[in-house]
Amino acid sequence: MISFRRLAKTTITGTILLFGTLSVNAQDGKTLFQTNCASCHAVHKKLTGPALAGVEDRWPDKTKLHAWVHNPAGFAKTDAYAAGLIKEYAPTLMTGFPQLSEKDIDAIVDYIKTVPDPSKAGPAAGPVAEKGEESDNSLLFGILTLILAVVALTLLQVNANLKKLADEKEGHGGVEPVPFWRNKSYIAMITIVLFVIGGYLTAKGAMALGRSKDYEPTQPIFYSHKVHAGINQINCQYCHIGVYQGKQATIPSVNICMNCHAAITEYNGEKLYNAEGEEVNGTAEIQKLHKYAGFETSKTWANWDPSNAKPVEWVRIHNLPDHVYFNHSQHVKAGQVACQTCHGEIQKMDEVKQFADLSMGWCINCHRETKVQFKDNGFYSIYEKYHEDLKNGKIDSAKGITVEKIGGTECQKCHY
Amino acid sequence: MEKKHWQSFGELNQSDAYQKDTRDEFRDELPFVGDESKSFLAAKAPRRDFLKYLGFSTAAAAVAASCEMPVKKAIPFANKPEDIVPGVAKYYATTYVQDGDVLSILAKVRDGRPIKIEGNELDPFNGGGTSARVQASVLDLYDTARLRFPTIDGKEVTFEAIDKSIAGAMAGPVVILTSSVTSPTTKAIIAEFIAKYPGSRHVTYDAVSYSGMLLANEATYGKKAIPSYHFETAKAIVSIGADFLGTWLSPVEFGKQYATGKKLNEKAPEMSRHIHFEAVASLTGANADEKFLHRPSETGAILTALLSAVNGQGVTGISDAKLKAGIEKAAKALTENKGAALVVCGSNDVNAQIVTNAINEAVDANGKTIDWTATVNSRQGVDADFVKLVEDMNAGTVGTILVHGANPAYTWYDAEKFKAGLKKVRTTISFGAKADETTELCRYVLPDSHFLESWGDAEPKAGHYSFMQPTIFPLFKTRQWQDSLLKWSGNTNDYLAYLKNYWGTQAGGEAGWDKALRDGVINPATPVAVSAAAFNGASVATALTALASGKKGGKTELVIYEKVAIGATGAANPWLQEMPDPVTRATWDNYVIVSPALARTLLSIDLNHNGQADDYEVNPPKPVVKVTVGGKTIELPALIIPGTHPDTIGIALGYGRSEKMGKSVVGSGKSAFPLLSFNGTTVSNTNVDVTITATGEKYPVALVQTHNRYDTTQGERTEVVKELTLAEYKEHPTEILEEREEELKPWGGLEKFEGKGTLYPVYDRPGIKWGMSIDLNSCNGCGACVVACNVENNIAVVGKPEVLRGHEMHWLRIDRYYSGDMDNPNTVFQPMLCQHCDNAPCENVCPVAATNHSSEGLNQMAYNRCIGTRYCSNNCPFKVRRFNWADYMGADSFPHNQDILSDVVLNMNDDLTRMVLNPDVTVRSRGVIEKCSFCVQRLQEGKLEAKRNSRPLEDKDVKTACQQACASGCITFGNLNNPNSEVSKLRKDNPNRSFHVLEQLHVLPSISYLAKVRNSEEAHGKAEEKKEAHS
Repeated sequence: MISFRRLAKTTITGTILLFGTLSVNAQDGKTLFQTNCASCHAVHKKLTGPALAGVEDRWPDKTKLHAWVHNPAGFAKTDAYAAGLIKEYAPTLMTGFPQLSEKDIDAIVDYIKTVPDPSKAGPAAGPVAEKGEESDNSLLFGILTLILAVVALTLLQVNANLKKLADEKEGHGGVEPVPFWRNKSYIAMITIVLFVIGGYLTAKGAMALGRSKDYEPTQPIFYSHKVHAGINQINCQYCHIGVYQGKQATIPSVNICMNCHAAITEYNGEKLYNAEGEEVNGTAEIQKLHKYAGFETSKTWANWDPSNAKPVEWVRIHNLPDHVYFNHSQHVKAGQVACQTCHGEIQKMDEVKQFADLSMGWCINCHRETKVQFKDNGFYSIYEKYHEDLKNGKIDSAKGITVEKIGGTECQKCHY
Repeated sequence: MEKKHWQSFGELNQSDAYQKDTRDEFRDELPFVGDESKSFLAAKAPRRDFLKYLGFSTAAAAVAASCEMPVKKAIPFANKPEDIVPGVAKYYATTYVQDGDVLSILAKVRDGRPIKIEGNELDPFNGGGTSARVQASVLDLYDTARLRFPTIDGKEVTFEAIDKSIAGAMAGPVVILTSSVTSPTTKAIIAEFIAKYPGSRHVTYDAVSYSGMLLANEATYGKKAIPSYHFETAKAIVSIGADFLGTWLSPVEFGKQYATGKKLNEKAPEMSRHIHFEAVASLTGANADEKFLHRPSETGAILTALLSAVNGQGVTGISDAKLKAGIEKAAKALTENKGAALVVCGSNDVNAQIVTNAINEAVDANGKTIDWTATVNSRQGVDADFVKLVEDMNAGTVGTILVHGANPAYTWYDAEKFKAGLKKVRTTISFGAKADETTELCRYVLPDSHFLESWGDAEPKAGHYSFMQPTIFPLFKTRQWQDSLLKWSGNTNDYLAYLKNYWGTQAGGEAGWDKALRDGVINPATPVAVSAAAFNGASVATALTALASGKKGGKTELVIYEKVAIGATGAANPWLQEMPDPVTRATWDNYVIVSPALARTLLSIDLNHNGQADDYEVNPPKPVVKVTVGGKTIELPALIIPGTHPDTIGIALGYGRSEKMGKSVVGSGKSAFPLLSFNGTTVSNTNVDVTITATGEKYPVALVQTHNRYDTTQGERTEVVKELTLAEYKEHPTEILEEREEELKPWGGLEKFEGKGTLYPVYDRPGIKWGMSIDLNSCNGCGACVVACNVENNIAVVGKPEVLRGHEMHWLRIDRYYSGDMDNPNTVFQPMLCQHCDNAPCENVCPVAATNHSSEGLNQMAYNRCIGTRYCSNNCPFKVRRFNWADYMGADSFPHNQDILSDVVLNMNDDLTRMVLNPDVTVRSRGVIEKCSFCVQRLQEGKLEAKRNSRPLEDKDVKTACQQACASGCITFGNLNNPNSEVSKLRKDNPNRSFHVLEQLHVLPSISYLAKVRNSEEAHGKAEEKKEAHS
């Protein structure tokens, strides 16, 4: 948790530094562009839709542009240029965005202006996160314990010797000294210590059985989340469409990949390396996808026949046991939890690995700490007493209403 | 309220076995292996073996653990269909069609598999209600005994080949033999086919015939049809042997209507009055306000006397004093409620039905409680047509026969003659989905698709349409029979195109068609008013004469009846087989129902005798009797069921099927169809002269009545059902309330009971507190909820051997209580499920906290935590916890754990059958306790839906499976913390009838019941005593 927060902070700072020079307007525009436009448009490259660089020059009349964005099909009936566009990109018709205000559209246009052409400049350096050094004291403690143990042993030995000397001096003589390796109390002590350590390790090992933190299998296609979600800033939900609606976030079907990859047929971003450090040819990986899709690169989006597609058999990374009910929409939509909370910094992973151990303790911990959308979600209006207690300070508003407080750690929230 | 309800004869007698039995939680002894008398080391599994196994399993586990994790694949769609989100259920409106029965339903489809059926609320008749059979029908889709490809002479062929072969073999005249066809397009297709093959005809044959009504209505109303009945507007209902809540005509619809009439408004307590005459105990009889027993041969006399009485001429010709009084009561109730009275008769005799029509005329039912506008299409078969067909077949004048939905080789009383005739038909074609008795004898078999795989339409009642759309691609090489007919009559359209053409303009174009499919129904634009038909009484006099000269009954008479769950055709469905019959509480078999009086004389079992009652009741093997009917004999075990006429016995239809119907019919009962009789016009379900003898043998019957008792040796407890008569209630409405107050007085009375009755603190329940209310007045015991619960919660089928041992797994059961006279008792049904006690005794005793309480008031069960001590079950006062004695669901990693199970259970774990499992509910494995969860998966889903929409929870978000299935609306569920929720309002509006079961234990159940109020004239015992005390 701690290291994640630090990373998140670094990322945010990095992003702000990188884009600090841009106007605030463009800043909004970037977000808007990524959420609404980026799935079909790039700034300098033709995708499903045209490259948007120079859009201002092509649409000198801003009112026309607004009308087009709000309702492409409707506007095309009144405008020859728009009709031409539709014809050019048929059969795909641009989705209307009536929810975007005129100001929003202008912001997007402003943002487009600020994006440098990658063919002219080198690729922009992505935000680099510095991995904070986790200070680890366990070695120190270990050494200290060892030293203390040795000191204790020495003292015991000294004590025994002194006793022996004292006894001899007083003339008791008698008992033959037992060497410490045959001293029963030593042996008993060591046995107990070993037993405790062994038990601890066994129990820990047993609990770890079936957990697969850091599982990072080789996938049929070297799909990089870093390239898609990180560098190209594609919204997670664009591909994982089920995430707001159902249990499964869903792995995108081939036709969703082909929305973009009918146009994007080669990779020329920064070099990709797999987990072993070998270089990966991005273009070859895209061609693998095309093979699954039954798409010939020479052809265009329009005459690709999706019925030729075969599903990609991805290796499943996150495996919850069958007796656990987990619902993505519950967390992402109702709980407003960021994907990264459970999946780690997915936008920085080339190959995905399991970030959390998905153990019950891990789930419960989060449920204990995470606040629900108590004020924002109308569902919680029925918890009148809690609202009252929050108001009159009986419940610490900084701590807020956690998932646990509304029963989120009870058995039948996840097991039924 | 001193009245004693009893569940078993032992309880009534307080017999020794009963007392012993109630001490133990589980019926069988602990399964110790080996002889206990020998020394421990000599036992079969001595210490050394134990250590060996321990060592081996530890080593094996270590080896297994060091292996690599298995690689699992995640395979998305190649092209995702637009409207499917994996993991999110979709509901499609479609139609249940079986043996002529039609019900609009919604099929819940999860990831392409239909897994649950709900009623369609837009259906104007059934209004979202379902029956046990409808609920269970989803399993038929995944039946391993389904035919998987077309065959000629039993050899697999392609549809092309079979079409070609049939084209050559189709010889005239062709007969299409079907059960009642309600589909308008199918009728049109049959007409087209007949036009193509001149001289052909369509014969309708129903397994359970309603020809008597059809012909009687033709005689008196000039319409060979069945009208709609309106039990909801009837204030007086008289039924003569019509089991309209269980099996007669349209039980779901009638159950809903009946419950409407029985709903009690506490402020103005009025309800309908139902007087029932019957020979063998039935579900409807159990619900009646007053019930009178008669011999089947007296049906005619009763009708005659009733007609005479409602015409003011008094009851004549009835010698039995009780029966006579009953008819007088019935006549009084009917005449007092003219225009709001209804008489129904279950007889298939034309004359009996003509007289019934005459009585209905006399009480002004025609056009009021009987509607001739929306006539019922679900039963159209006339026995004479079929008799003619059998004659023709035997005469060799039928060239080709096409059979769909009918199975006369099993269901016709003279099946041998039909089979002989079938041999003389040149070309025999069956569209049977399974190798039933008739399909087996046919040369060409083209299996029809299941209704969940089919397109179609239906017209259950005139002017009301219901539509069918596929919810899954056909699982096997099956084809809808309409497609075959179209092909063979030279129509190039397939059935879908035909259907769309037919409905295109009628439904209002493409948009209208889409809407019809989405809604599942097209109803008349304005609800059609109830209308009368002109009555022609000319035939009544002859009918009366005919009834008077009817056959006189012999010493013993026989009634052949349908069971609520099995009906005529349901025996192949394990869910239905394992559902305890509401009346007899038996599973997996049919049997001979005998009265306690007959048991005394025939079987020498006196139920009032301590030892004899115990011997009969405690030991599953029941005495076998031999019934002889005109040369045919049948040997079946006898069950003693109070409420049956002493000289009448009853046997259920639907058993003794061909083993090709599936695993669940194997060894299950015997067919009673050959015992039906034919009176020259119609098939009769009675036989007025049979002989019955005891054989001295025994046969085990899996009865669940004596399982799950409440009583313990810790002391007598107040009864769990509360029943009043309407008269009592009117006189003293707060009786139950006062009784509760009195009982809880030592602990602060009703108000303070929660806090004062316990040492435990009272907990806060912020947000949601789930609660349920069950109205015993609306519940008729039909069992739809039991099967719905099975389907929703992946409840295991355990098979007959396990039920015999008391190992049934049902989370929800319907307890049957008798009260009063042993020969003709009153019956109360009480749905019993986990009460989700707020101070639950099961929770405190679990050593591993596998069962504990949620802040929403749920008594939670964490299967993975459960170690199977069963302390909880032992401590549950309601006996609703179930233990997985074996791996019934095949959930265990070691298949060996299933060895002891019957074939039926193993068959339920076939890959095909398992497709019906609900993926949101854990499949339990061996060694854990399970119980009702209030359908927690639905609660979570409902809450999530509200959260996603950022609004408070509403009643419509959450419905438990039992609540949704119930046609009578007897179960109300919701958030008790919300004063506007339905359940809160119900409890507030009915303070006088609400009660908690075993309230005095301070377990604080979340379920409350509304007491049963029976509209019988005499007050039960107590009120009479009270009157005496007053005077």
